[in-house]
Amino acid sequence: MLTGFWKTLLATAILLASLNTAYAVDPIKIGAVLTVTGPASFLGDPELKTLQMLTANLNAKGGLNGRPLELIHYDTGGNAREAVNFVKRLIKKDNVDLLIGGTTSGDTLAVIPDVEKEGIPFISLAAAVEITEPTRKWVFKVAPTDRMAVARIFADMRQRGLTKIALITGDGGFDKSGHTQILKLAPEYGITLVADESYGNKDTDMTTPLTKIRATDAQAILNFGFGQAPAIVTKNIKQLGITLPLYHSHGVASKTFIDLAGDAAEGVRLPAAALVVAEQLPDSDPQKPALLAYKKQYEAQHGPVSTFGGHGYDSLMIAKAAIERAGSVDKAKVRDEIEKTQGFIGTAGVFNFSPEDHMGLGPDAFKMVEIRNGAWKIIE
Amino acid sequence: MPEQLFQFLVTGITVGSLYALVGLGFALIYNASDVVNFAQGEFVMLGAMTAIGLLAAGWPLVLAAMAATLLTVLVGLLLERFAIEPAWGASVVATIIITIGAAIFLRGVALLLWGKDFHAMPPFSGDAPIHLGSATLLPQSLWVLGGAVVLVTLVHLFLNRTLVGKALLACSFNRAAAQLVGINVKVMLRLAYGLSAGLGAVAGILIAPITFSSYEAGIMLGLKGFSAAIVGGIGNPMGAVAGGLILGVLEALGAGLISSGYKDAIAFLFVLMVLFFEPTGLFGHKVAERV
Repeated sequence: MLTGFWKTLLATAILLASLNTAYAVDPIKIGAVLTVTGPASFLGDPELKTLQMLTANLNAKGGLNGRPLELIHYDTGGNAREAVNFVKRLIKKDNVDLLIGGTTSGDTLAVIPDVEKEGIPFISLAAAVEITEPTRKWVFKVAPTDRMAVARIFADMRQRGLTKIALITGDGGFDKSGHTQILKLAPEYGITLVADESYGNKDTDMTTPLTKIRATDAQAILNFGFGQAPAIVTKNIKQLGITLPLYHSHGVASKTFIDLAGDAAEGVRLPAAALVVAEQLPDSDPQKPALLAYKKQYEAQHGPVSTFGGHGYDSLMIAKAAIERAGSVDKAKVRDEIEKTQGFIGTAGVFNFSPEDHMGLGPDAFKMVEIRNGAWKIIE
Repeated sequence: MPEQLFQFLVTGITVGSLYALVGLGFALIYNASDVVNFAQGEFVMLGAMTAIGLLAAGWPLVLAAMAATLLTVLVGLLLERFAIEPAWGASVVATIIITIGAAIFLRGVALLLWGKDFHAMPPFSGDAPIHLGSATLLPQSLWVLGGAVVLVTLVHLFLNRTLVGKALLACSFNRAAAQLVGINVKVMLRLAYGLSAGLGAVAGILIAPITFSSYEAGIMLGLKGFSAAIVGGIGNPMGAVAGGLILGVLEALGAGLISSGYKDAIAFLFVLMVLFFEPTGLFGHKVAERV
């Protein structure tokens, strides 16, 4: 009996002690649902690496508000139904204080109903316009929209007096979403589409649709896509002897594209996030120090940075600043503080959130760049 | 329009010869064992990726290509020895499933070795387009076409003019009978896997400057090559080449004259039609069913 009593006492003491320690270092829990494997892994993989790197950074500096940060992440593999399950689990079982994720627009849009119902601050890394339009109470996003990219391209075309455009896009989700925005925005910029061709993203030769484009009176070609297909388009254009100015989307703003397309990429223009051309920004640019610091650390640990890893940076740093200002992880307070974010210098641009705007980026988020001598050159 | 049509044809033949090269590899293993090797696309990818890696390490093209081919042959032999042979006596379907597993495994290894990025391979003889009237094609396309012709001739001569080749064919017609006349079926099977891995690797190296390569490039190439082999009559190397060319030209004409969105639909509709009306393929052996 006595032994039983002592056992109980001991157990209680241990339990109390552990509760106590748990209380002292109770971490701030950040939940992340990312697409780390599967077709969109090239987006989610750098995002996860960035989040892990920054969490370690913050913890090395003593965490947030004196509490360590804990990153709990799940991989959706690009399956929106999985994303919904994981978000439910993060909210109900892991009791996270804030959610980051939805690498893809599909994942993000699928989890929004649960996020709104449960009332938890949520920062999406995906691009679709629909995520923050209409504005939802708990949903924010840090990736620029494809509409902004299209607007940037059209503005540059207008400046060069190019109004008759041949459009060629792939068959992926990114391509189709861009295609919709292009058709919507073209009249606003006084641009006529004289051709609207498509290809499969895994095709190995695009000379057929390009031959049709060659027969039109287009003044420029716009190819909205990502992966290796735009590089093949670029090479095929050169092969066919087409000399029209060529524009690509922000989807190919990576060194890989230049490596794949080689000489054919010379003179190609595209909108790119400042992160890609960080070194070339004037020293007066407020973004430059933050960009270079992130780029240096990421490249030392993982290899070339991508815009998408940058979204991970923006989301976590906005959350960090908001939690610091709120002085707690009270969900409503953190949400309000995210909404009050002003002049936050991120990798995608300078963020200014407001009750009406949960995307926060201005039209200057994209820099127009041209490929010259195998490197990016910013165009004013 | 006529000059456009000519470009479509040139494109079709270029793409078609690429499918043909990949399709050729399917024919050999099928000939030896009645098995469709779904890791064939991965052999193509391995050849290309290894060659690209060696080129990047400063090897000259010829040496890199040879080393990459030998390495892929080795992978083919290992695959046969450690995945196919232990399942000796398993049904054809079970063996096919093993090759699918092997394909996934090889993709995984490639992913770990080379990452997720696409890699480019410099063309063998520059990329200044060659003009044929109003149409243009890349010098590399000629390499692919020439490579297809040379390889298919070699395979044809090997299967029909050499004793080893005939022994290989004998295994596919009747395995038991082949064994009875003194053919070592196991050795023949190893030979078939080694050879088709080599064929795949050469194909991969020839087409990489046009298509680029990545760890999963084998999926699409394997699928198209398989379609080419079916259309031509699987097991007939000449048929695979003809099938590839037909598919390529159909895709290009479909995309050019109808709509680029329906390109694959048109090609696969054709494959279906062939299977409906000529189940053994356009140039396949007519199988006589014994009653």
